[in-house]
Amino acid sequence: MTKLTFTEKKDTRSGFGAGLHELGKKNSKVVALCADLTGSMKMDAFKKDFPDRFYQVGIAEANMMGLAAGMTISGKVPFTGTFANFSTGRVYDQIRQSIAYSGKNVKICASHAGLTLGEDGATHQILEDIGMMRMLPGMTVIVPCDHEQTKAATLALGDHEGPAYLRFGRPSWPIFTTGRPFVIGKADKLIEGKDVTIFACGHLVWNAVEAEALLAAKGISVELINIHTIKPLDVEAILASVEKTRCVVTCEEHQQNGGLGDAVAQVLARFNPTPQEMVAVNDSFGESGTPTQLLKKYGLGPENIVEAVEKVLKRKK
Amino acid sequence: MSQNDIESLKKTASQIRRDIVRMVHACQSGHPGGSLGCADFFVALYFRILKHSNKFNMSGSGEDLFFLSNGHISPVWYATLARAGYFEPSELATFRKLNSRLQGHPATHEHLPGIRIASGSLGQGLSVALGAAQAKKLDKDDRFVFVLMGDGEQQEGQVWEAAMYAAHNKMDNVIATIDYNGQQIDGPVNKILNLLDLKAKWESFGWEVIDSNGNDMSEIVKALEYAKTQAGKGKPVLNLMKTEMGYGVDYMMGSHKWHGVAPNDEELSKALAQLEETIGDY
Repeated sequence: MTKLTFTEKKDTRSGFGAGLHELGKKNSKVVALCADLTGSMKMDAFKKDFPDRFYQVGIAEANMMGLAAGMTISGKVPFTGTFANFSTGRVYDQIRQSIAYSGKNVKICASHAGLTLGEDGATHQILEDIGMMRMLPGMTVIVPCDHEQTKAATLALGDHEGPAYLRFGRPSWPIFTTGRPFVIGKADKLIEGKDVTIFACGHLVWNAVEAEALLAAKGISVELINIHTIKPLDVEAILASVEKTRCVVTCEEHQQNGGLGDAVAQVLARFNPTPQEMVAVNDSFGESGTPTQLLKKYGLGPENIVEAVEKVLKRKK
Repeated sequence: MSQNDIESLKKTASQIRRDIVRMVHACQSGHPGGSLGCADFFVALYFRILKHSNKFNMSGSGEDLFFLSNGHISPVWYATLARAGYFEPSELATFRKLNSRLQGHPATHEHLPGIRIASGSLGQGLSVALGAAQAKKLDKDDRFVFVLMGDGEQQEGQVWEAAMYAAHNKMDNVIATIDYNGQQIDGPVNKILNLLDLKAKWESFGWEVIDSNGNDMSEIVKALEYAKTQAGKGKPVLNLMKTEMGYGVDYMMGSHKWHGVAPNDEELSKALAQLEETIGDY
């Protein structure tokens, strides 16, 4: 495999904006709703070119979810846009009843997820959303890792049928998946290795790429798999890798409870009990700071991934 | 509309009231009070007002759509749909029982014809109706979207988010009705959380508000027909419909006590004695 490098950084939310704009051109059934965050969500291009299909709902997220559910009835494909906190916890019951239980084809698109939102602090840094959304029956949950993959995921959702949650963020982040195929529910093996498997999602995939370089220098062979789709989980890819490496580290910008780590642990417990370490937030809220400072303080940096790998290797049987 | 037509609608309503009390009696659960109070409204809507097809298709293009936001009065909706030919009335016997399409609260999960969204958790139906209405405007489909809410439900904040959205966006293809029976589970609405001047509230939110008596068949038909004439004028329309909870069964009337309680065998007989069997029990 070629070594993963990057030449450019961009925010993942701009990948969403670009994907949504392209979908607007391709599919006249695609409509977009936004709760007073058009600029932050990078939905301006869609709004400008498809004003009839863009709905400004104001600061009223519960109503937005209901509107979107209602629009699906005649076959529209609504994409809702607001921050991850207001896309999930604030409107959980609306999503549960009007969208998930009703089986409506709404795409809930959520930016500013996790600690890397930075200075706004814990009120906005949701770290529980993956857990909440993956618990809903029938909900697809996607956490892409860079600008290109977020764009690809947005485009893929245009052809996907059923409720879905797409989680992305604010910081400028390395782009390294250009040209890689994106298929919902199909894990992407970025690096082949034999000693340990790292499963990562979202911004932490890049941190895992950096960690892999540090570990390779120490002679540790890492297999790195990008689990961009948390639900449905690519169980086959997980088990195939674990069969080979026999130990696992999961990395995510989320609570340990409910996220990728939990999802992987569930698979391992049932099918192939395996030592696992979790790089995730340990039952805590975030705080204000720069993204890099926060990832370090809360134990989500490349060096934390290296530590977790060394720890799990000692547990390996 | 002739007196004969009104009498025919009243007969249908009487049968639907029988269906309601028999359904909740059979499973010893469910919500008879609000269901009985709204029977005349449902009959007027499905047998006179709506342009609809009982060969149900989800999209409802070119048809009027109806959404029930206060989903707990599902018995009246199910009975009306059955009597309007959406499914066999015999299926009403399965209400709230295991493996039934007639869930305690309406759901699409079991694909019951006539239902387009789940409801029961209050406050969500108006938003959904507005979404459907917005899509109709986008599709240049000039039919209406109707929605029914409860008065207790007006305590939910989402209702007012939706109310604001509708007026701001000139959703004049929406006709909302509030079942204004003054009762909620714990007691009279004005004792639990007073709505004060509900008409003034909706008017100040930019809606055209009409008053009606939901237990007078002739009046409710006229009110809904009038509501349609008020649509298309740049404002959403609200029908503030006075009803009596439990209407048609004397011992259930006017009290919150029959909001969510089923009659026993003796009470069922007393109720049925007051409701003429007009079409034939399922």
